[in-house]
Amino acid sequence: MTTTPTTTVSPKDRWASGVAPYAEMGYYDADYEPKDTDILCAFRITPQPGVDPIEAAAAVAGESSTATWTVVWTDRLTAHEHYQAKAYDVSSVPGRDGEYLAKIAYDIDLFEEGSIANLTSSIIGNVFGFKALAALRLEDMRIPKHYVKTFQGPPHGIVMEREYLDKFGRPLLGATVKPKLGLSAKNYGRVVYEALRGGLDFTKDDENINSQPFMRWRDRYLYSMEGVTRAAATSGEVKGHYMNVTAATMEDMYERAEFAKELGSVIIMMDLTVGWTAMQSMSKWARRNGVILHLHRAGHGTYTRQKNHGVSFRVIAKWCRLLGVDHIHAGTVVGKLEGDPAMIKGYYDILRLDHVPENLETGVYFDQDWMSLPAVMPVASGGIHAGQMHQLLSYLGEDVVLQFGGGTIGHPMGIAAGATANRVAVEAMIQARNEGRDYYQEGPDILAHAARGCPELDAALEVWKDITFDFQSTDTPDYVVTPSVG
Amino acid sequence: MRVTQGAFSFLPDFTDEQITAQIRYALDHGWSMSVEYTDDPHPRNSYWEMWGQPMFDLHPEESDVVLREVRACREAHPLEYIKLIAYDSTLGRQTTALSFLVNRPEHEPGFRADRMETHDRVVRYRLHPYALDKPSGTRYQDGNGARP
Repeated sequence: MTTTPTTTVSPKDRWASGVAPYAEMGYYDADYEPKDTDILCAFRITPQPGVDPIEAAAAVAGESSTATWTVVWTDRLTAHEHYQAKAYDVSSVPGRDGEYLAKIAYDIDLFEEGSIANLTSSIIGNVFGFKALAALRLEDMRIPKHYVKTFQGPPHGIVMEREYLDKFGRPLLGATVKPKLGLSAKNYGRVVYEALRGGLDFTKDDENINSQPFMRWRDRYLYSMEGVTRAAATSGEVKGHYMNVTAATMEDMYERAEFAKELGSVIIMMDLTVGWTAMQSMSKWARRNGVILHLHRAGHGTYTRQKNHGVSFRVIAKWCRLLGVDHIHAGTVVGKLEGDPAMIKGYYDILRLDHVPENLETGVYFDQDWMSLPAVMPVASGGIHAGQMHQLLSYLGEDVVLQFGGGTIGHPMGIAAGATANRVAVEAMIQARNEGRDYYQEGPDILAHAARGCPELDAALEVWKDITFDFQSTDTPDYVVTPSVG
Repeated sequence: MRVTQGAFSFLPDFTDEQITAQIRYALDHGWSMSVEYTDDPHPRNSYWEMWGQPMFDLHPEESDVVLREVRACREAHPLEYIKLIAYDSTLGRQTTALSFLVNRPEHEPGFRADRMETHDRVVRYRLHPYALDKPSGTRYQDGNGARP
């Protein structure tokens, strides 16, 4: 620990013109006891060489609340101590030389009710480019109950989505249409139809399928709905295709969403790249119009992946639960994309539980109460296949959408066969789990047994049997070391 | 065709022993159980007929109580869809935890996708179960109204 008593300065010195250390201006207070209503942040701070970590923490608190680089007399027109964020705990990170974990408390009055744009402008608006810091990462936030209650949250949530789809007790299955670019609308709808009739619940536009010259959005929606409806007729099940409404302007997004609704689509999607305000607008639209809202976290890797700089995905997950999405991509553990098992458990807990207890092993720094805000369905997508079903179920649970894009469309017997392989695999694994079998250990046997009655699954297991993505994760917890799962 | 509603419709139909294992799993979780049946398999048919009241407070060893109701419902409605439902009443869920078919008609005629062409290439779809062409109570019987 490097905490030292709060420096006290005389009132006269405090208001002298010029530059004063942030810690001396009230932005550090080791004795501060956070209020129930405070927003709390855990920042990983890497000060530049020679910069005192406490002063660095105080600077972050200052610049993300009321301070500027010099003393201003106009502070004295306000109850400034109320508005000053306070770093109250600064400690070194075990095993990470030069990194410190600073906890900072912000009074709830600093934030506009129900606005993620405002919350993020305050907390990450200014401080990440601060010269005195070599790097800065927002690891976690505690959103107080009082502030939680100012947000709508997910338009529908896991419970409502399952009742709407009439699908219970197993993970939902999806696939992203591939190739992600270039298909004409009619060919695209063919992939939708084949994957859904084969047994998937959902198909999905990819993040960068919007409205390009080779396929305009309106044509894609029309052909996709033909595929969705035909698959519903061959199965007697509710099926859906995530229509990506991401567009250049809000007006365009609303137009596309309205059209998807008019066609009877149960679900639409948007990309994280549209921004906090656009997402929150679409969330309200989705609640008003009874359409499930899927979020593709396009671009998040630019700021969530590096351990020492950026914003952890668990914070993004919290913001997205507040602003309200029904689905969000949150990692696969076993697939091709970044994902330490412990960290992903933390993300999934944040999205699905009503009370998330502090747990350093999963990177959760604060207790978080969601006050019955609906849960978000996590989506696992990227390099996963039927042969991993036991691992997927074990790591991710059953309230999840498992998306097998290549793992459906790349099947040697065709798209519908790929879908069937995935559906049989998930049902066989759920059956085995419910029967009390050690499905994680026996997983390969369970799948092999199911494949005896299902040539589609048999072929899938054969073609992808050796596929693993065994790389060390870059974003790992500081408190236990876990190997990557291949 | 085969209606693939419910958690296990892509697997071979469960034996009573396999159904019992699922009942035990549900009772172990403290979930209540109920049996519902219908001759209208439209996926938006939310309200199948209830076979008696939901069964609350059963012990895991009492799986036979549930299985008995499944069998009795099959006896009474052999040509209809029957599902077994496990319900989780805990705060934050208060919804179905597991639902799967335990009986289906011998012959499933399936669905017709009706299309109505409207403005600007927009097609409106309506899913029509062929079984609904007959009155309720006669939907899955043969032409003479007899049961197989």
